[in-house]
Amino acid sequence: MGLFSKIKGVFKKEDKSVQTYEKGLSKTRRSFVNKLSDLSKEYEEINDNYFEELEELLINADIGVNTVIKFMDKLQQRVIKEKITNPSELTEIIVDELFIIYVNDDILSSKINYNENGPTVILFVGVNGVGKTTTIAKLATKFKKEGKKVLLVAADTFRAGAKEQLITWGEKIGCKVVSDDTTTDPASVVYQGLDLAVKDKYDLVLIDTAGRLQNKVNLMKELEKINNVGKKIIPDAPHETFLVIDATTGQNGITQAKAFKEITNLTGIVLTKLDGTAKGGIVLAIKEEVDVPVRYIGLGEAADDLETFDIEKYIYGLFKDMM
Amino acid sequence: MFESLTEKLEGAINKIKGYGKITEDNISDAMRDVRLALLEADVNYKVVKEFTNKVKEKALGEEVKKSLKPGEMFLKILKDELLSLLGNDKAELDLSKNPSIIMLVGLQGSGKTTTIGKLGNLLRKKKARKPMFIAADVYRPAAIDQLKQLGKELNIEVYDEGQTNAVTIVQNGINHAKEKGYDVVLVDTAGRLHIDEKLMDELKSINDTVKPGEIILVIDAMIGQDAINVINGFNDALPLTGTILTKMDGDTKGGVALSAKHLTGVPIKFIGTSEKLDGLDEFNPERMVSRILGNGDIMSIIEKAESVIDEKEAMSTVKKLKQGKFDLEDFLVQLKQIKKLGPLENLLKLLPGARKMGLNNISIDPKQFSKIEAIIQSMTIKERKNPDVIKASRKQRIAKGSGSTVQDVNKLLNQFEQMQKMMKMMKNGNFKMPF
Repeated sequence: MGLFSKIKGVFKKEDKSVQTYEKGLSKTRRSFVNKLSDLSKEYEEINDNYFEELEELLINADIGVNTVIKFMDKLQQRVIKEKITNPSELTEIIVDELFIIYVNDDILSSKINYNENGPTVILFVGVNGVGKTTTIAKLATKFKKEGKKVLLVAADTFRAGAKEQLITWGEKIGCKVVSDDTTTDPASVVYQGLDLAVKDKYDLVLIDTAGRLQNKVNLMKELEKINNVGKKIIPDAPHETFLVIDATTGQNGITQAKAFKEITNLTGIVLTKLDGTAKGGIVLAIKEEVDVPVRYIGLGEAADDLETFDIEKYIYGLFKDMM
Repeated sequence: MFESLTEKLEGAINKIKGYGKITEDNISDAMRDVRLALLEADVNYKVVKEFTNKVKEKALGEEVKKSLKPGEMFLKILKDELLSLLGNDKAELDLSKNPSIIMLVGLQGSGKTTTIGKLGNLLRKKKARKPMFIAADVYRPAAIDQLKQLGKELNIEVYDEGQTNAVTIVQNGINHAKEKGYDVVLVDTAGRLHIDEKLMDELKSINDTVKPGEIILVIDAMIGQDAINVINGFNDALPLTGTILTKMDGDTKGGVALSAKHLTGVPIKFIGTSEKLDGLDEFNPERMVSRILGNGDIMSIIEKAESVIDEKEAMSTVKKLKQGKFDLEDFLVQLKQIKKLGPLENLLKLLPGARKMGLNNISIDPKQFSKIEAIIQSMTIKERKNPDVIKASRKQRIAKGSGSTVQDVNKLLNQFEQMQKMMKMMKNGNFKMPF
């Protein structure tokens, strides 16, 4: 049970990023944690009803159904083995076990895999309406603050107004945007973008792609083509491929991660819209079942409402009131 | 959408059929799988519990005990309970006012703007209305551009005042619509979180000012358990009259469809079924239940076909088929009509027993159609009417003209010849359908 107290120890109140987490996640946390602590208050001893309510709580947080069922089995076994009878003792174990599901012996690094011999290319993929374009603008802002020269590529040639959305963001945050009104072929825009990035020595290229539902075979093939064309200019591009997922997404998040991982070399997830009431628990299942870690989380609509994901802070954010 | 749910339900039905009698044990066993399938489909946890308990209770009731066919009784119980979740009646749009004001609201990225385009298209085509759009998303960069592009594509006027005050824009837009004689006004609003008080107040002011006859919440069908918070959040602030579920063409299990109406009383009015501007269908609870139970939805296929297929052309084709005079020119016309039906995968899924036949996972490359079309279009009219004249040099020319190979041309001609042979057999009456 050491982990729980360890997490607690990691944070000092002055840590600004923790405060941002707390603020963004406050709605999420309030409901989840209140219910969890209510649960331990309500029950004097651990019984079937307690487990049923706990299961409901976890499923309501959108933590995948299979993950929850496995988790509940494990928890019930621990309760029997360690002869735990008091629900309040169990709260710490729940947090520990959730942590273990996510970390699973991996060494998690949040650093961008930079290309040392030229521009680093990051491809953004995802289904429709998850917030790819906004995420790109936020990340570009972050990289610019770090002193990087950032180029944006508008390779969503499908949705009406998509190009314009990125261009408007580009003007707002002072980034050049490569777009092409004469073509509907996203690969061609990517080619032009990477070509310019090499010529003008950009540090980072962020590529915006059209939203696509993962079961649309042709659109998924288009991603392959984008990658192949990109490699003609920068052979090991893209250096990172981020799947953007909306925190309100339910079980479909797992299918999304699986399908996009099949087509692209997915290196991470950006979990957006976590400032609402959704808990984004599906990321735990995605990590467990598909093994793709979360890299960033979106906590608002402003250009700087983006944080590097840190599982310890995430769990801390969810459980703060209980500590 | 509901494939795995359908599979589990069919499994449960078969189990019960196999037992011949419903007992506490075997119903619990069957319902365990159903419960899991419902949870995996993101159906609200409480709804799942209620549904499984109710089905179990009814299945163990007196009526079923007396029945000689418990499997069929069980199926009927499932059907009734599903239908009561989805709402028994089809919810129609209220278009009685002039102009009728329809405001779309929802979270960011749920698909409001695209849906406005589709709804405008549907109201004009199927309800013979004169729609106008109002661009009241004054926050998201290029949202107004997006709506304008859709308006241009559909030739529907878009009223906008740039990124100014949403309430004033809507008010002025409606006056403009009255002057111009538009009878339906569709209002596109910015995406917002249901807990964002400032932005929710904006919607309340729009509602107070113009009193839309319809306020529709647009929901992404991929939403998880948070759905209930979102619907309640919007419904508490505004008098919602319906919901539209978008992105139902994904592989989402769309469980929100089963929870939304039941938990909030707000009916589902439409579902989004493709990215194209005609990808919006009226929601019909009975047909949806039929699909969930694996019985397909033939009515929707027929309606779809009727809406796009030109009756005259169809009759002349039938005539030609009967006379054995069907040529490549006619074939081209047919091909174009099929293309109008939209993605064929969507239609295949509506066939009864589609899942059992494996039709739910077929993907058809629309480029194949375009290729055939290109080949026929590269032929002269004379060649299309009489394909026999197409010899080596003509084949080369056609291949070149259509950007394909001589093999492709041969393949098409062979297939066409086969088809003609079959039609001759049909004409002579000695042809049996292969299935």
